Amino acid sequence: MTDQDKILSDVTQSEYKYGFVTDIETDIIDRGLNEDVVRTIWEKKNEPAFMLEFRLDAFRKWQKMKMPEWAYLKIPPIDYQSISYYAAPVQKAKYTNLDEVDPELIDTFNKLGIPLEEQKLLAGVAVDVVMDSVSVKTTFKETLAEQGIIFCSISDALQEHPDLVRKYIGQSVPVADNYFAALNSAVFSDGSFCYIPKGVRCPMELSTYFRINAANTGQFERTLIIADDDSYVSYLEGCTAPMRDENQLHAAVVEIIALDRAEVKYSTVQNWYPGDKNGKGGIYNFVTKRGICRGVSSKISWTQVETGSAITWKYPSCVLIGNNSVGEFNSVAVTNNHQQADTGSKMIHIGKNTKSTIISKGISAGKSDNSYRGLVKIMPGATNSRNFSQCDSLLLNDTCGAHTFPYIEVGNKSSKVEHEATTSKIGEDQIFYCNQRGIDTEKAIGMIVNGYVKEVLNKLPMEFAVEAQKLLQISLEGSVG
Amino acid sequence: MLTIKNLYVSVDGQEILKGINLEVKPGEVHAIMGPNGSGKSTLANVLVGKEEYEVTEGEITYMGEDLLEKSPEDRAKEGIFLSFQYPVEIPGVPMVNFLKTAVNEHRKHRGEKELNAGEFLKLMREKMDLVDMHPTLANRSVNEGFSGGEKKKNEIFQMALLEPKLAVLDETDSGLDIDALKTVAHGVNALKTKDNATIVVTHYQRLLEYIVPDFVHVLYDGRIVKSAGKELAFELEEKGYDWIKKEN
Ligand SMILES: Nc1ncnc2c1ncn2[C@@H]1O[C@H](COP(=O)(O)OP(=O)(O)O)[C@@H](O)[C@H]1O
Ligand SMILES: [Mg+2]
Repeated sequence: MTDQDKILSDVTQSEYKYGFVTDIETDIIDRGLNEDVVRTIWEKKNEPAFMLEFRLDAFRKWQKMKMPEWAYLKIPPIDYQSISYYAAPVQKAKYTNLDEVDPELIDTFNKLGIPLEEQKLLAGVAVDVVMDSVSVKTTFKETLAEQGIIFCSISDALQEHPDLVRKYIGQSVPVADNYFAALNSAVFSDGSFCYIPKGVRCPMELSTYFRINAANTGQFERTLIIADDDSYVSYLEGCTAPMRDENQLHAAVVEIIALDRAEVKYSTVQNWYPGDKNGKGGIYNFVTKRGICRGVSSKISWTQVETGSAITWKYPSCVLIGNNSVGEFNSVAVTNNHQQADTGSKMIHIGKNTKSTIISKGISAGKSDNSYRGLVKIMPGATNSRNFSQCDSLLLNDTCGAHTFPYIEVGNKSSKVEHEATTSKIGEDQIFYCNQRGIDTEKAIGMIVNGYVKEVLNKLPMEFAVEAQKLLQISLEGSVG
Repeated sequence: MLTIKNLYVSVDGQEILKGINLEVKPGEVHAIMGPNGSGKSTLANVLVGKEEYEVTEGEITYMGEDLLEKSPEDRAKEGIFLSFQYPVEIPGVPMVNFLKTAVNEHRKHRGEKELNAGEFLKLMREKMDLVDMHPTLANRSVNEGFSGGEKKKNEIFQMALLEPKLAVLDETDSGLDIDALKTVAHGVNALKTKDNATIVVTHYQRLLEYIVPDFVHVLYDGRIVKSAGKELAFELEEKGYDWIKKEN
């Protein structure tokens, strides 16, 4: 509660808070996309040969694909030839010390409230910062290395652990899985890589802050997390983007593989620039996130707090192959002004006695549209499997929309699927009751919304939950009515 | 403390209060009685600034200032408290969080230090005893699933926490059995000082046996048609509201 008070009082501006541009020298290749561009990216990154095959295969498949149209979204036409597919901050040397890092960059982190030094000291979080597309600074790498944990940029992983990457990349999300995943596979510039060896419990939360920076540079992040037998890791992804007028495309892919009895928790706070009050600008966020519970009794959980982006298209999913494996999806998605979100989860039950849970909390304000789309599929062989889904929508006014599209397929008789859905509206009477007790409307809404999302925020690591509350408050400012 | 002059109030274009005059001084207890629909709740809601009640004429001065200028939360923080006729449920928001926020908003307004969790819990326990509230209620969401009686006790419990200068109790007795009524009245009386004032809005005289008013006003069709001492309440009880209706 004290945290909440602090956050609520901290927050005073209603315009997007993280809208500023960092002036760092950037190496950008020409706009446009063709096989040569794909080759150039591969060359610039000095990747092993198999990656050229991977990228070209993806590119050729992408060319034959069409943008999906089934989502409840109005997506303006995107000119893929007008985008520059590679931007890397120019680096003179590798840093050994924070003092050597570009002061502009440090300043950016200070503005974001995530000074690296403090993070290191206070939170014990290893931060792999992705500025535009290339990893600039990795901390705690050595500590992790002592346990045999690999946590680095995917570019570094391709140099130093090519066999590991080769074995697992494209397993959870095949190159032609969908239009945006294919595009990402062809042109991704960087992202994070994480490998937890057998029997190791990762001693700290692994964290990556993403940030789009160079104008007109689409972001194509690629993250690959592998949890070997009996291992555990909690991974945090958070992002903020500077204010821009032109729309920016973001098509990330995150792949997780959990082997026998391994557990992976993946938490996201997503705060890309949502566009202004009139719906101008903002990030298009088309993300493919999928985890495979390959091993027996393995567990993957996705927890997300989505407040940003003009358009969100995102369905973190679990494929439960191992017997007794468990998948979880916990989500808070906020849309305000003209934002559109079509998000949810897919739970594919293949192994026996597999369990999945979906908790989705949508909050709509302004003139926004917020849709939940979920698929629960229980294969005939997945006997005695269970799913529980709960999809709640909270409306802040009469001009926004909430939609629910649950798809359920149960292939055997011993399995059970439960789906619950509610829609509610914050009542003026509730707000007035708070007012009469001395609580102003912004705070009242904050309190009601926090109550509504508590179940999901509780799943986030403490530090992150605080950040998430702050974002919720910012994104709902001035939205009552 | 409170001066209402020639107050006219409309809801949805319909005139409900038609020229109310009322003067409340520190230390006084005023009872406002009247048949259903006479405008008692309307008067209570105007005092706390509920939006849909439009003041078309007249003025309200509170502590020497124009009350109608102020936002509902400022009125609350400056000491006006309404015990709602129908307390609102707020699912998902625990009582403790709600009350701690409310208390600290009041404290901030007065330039006092905010209470931390420990200090607040101590204060809360103290005040709960006053109205005999079951401690587990504090862990539940605001009013959610509370019985009618529990909701009313909860209002007085909040009054005890916020220590208003001017408390307006809107039908706080309705839905209470005799024991709960005594407890609630005991709470209200215990909070009474020579510096604060209470306006008790009620349909029945029953509550006034326990919270003894200095003045009784009869509201009928948007006007105060009779004002007198506490004996008026007994007279009303005896003769019924028809007596008022016939006279008007
Ligand atoms: N919010 C409202 N909207 C429309 N009419 C209202 C509203 N509140 C009160 N009224 C009307 O005003 C009149 C007085 O109501 P009220 O003040 O609640 O009376 P009382 O509390 O004395 O029973 C009634 O006719 C009632 O229907
Ligand atoms: Mg009433």
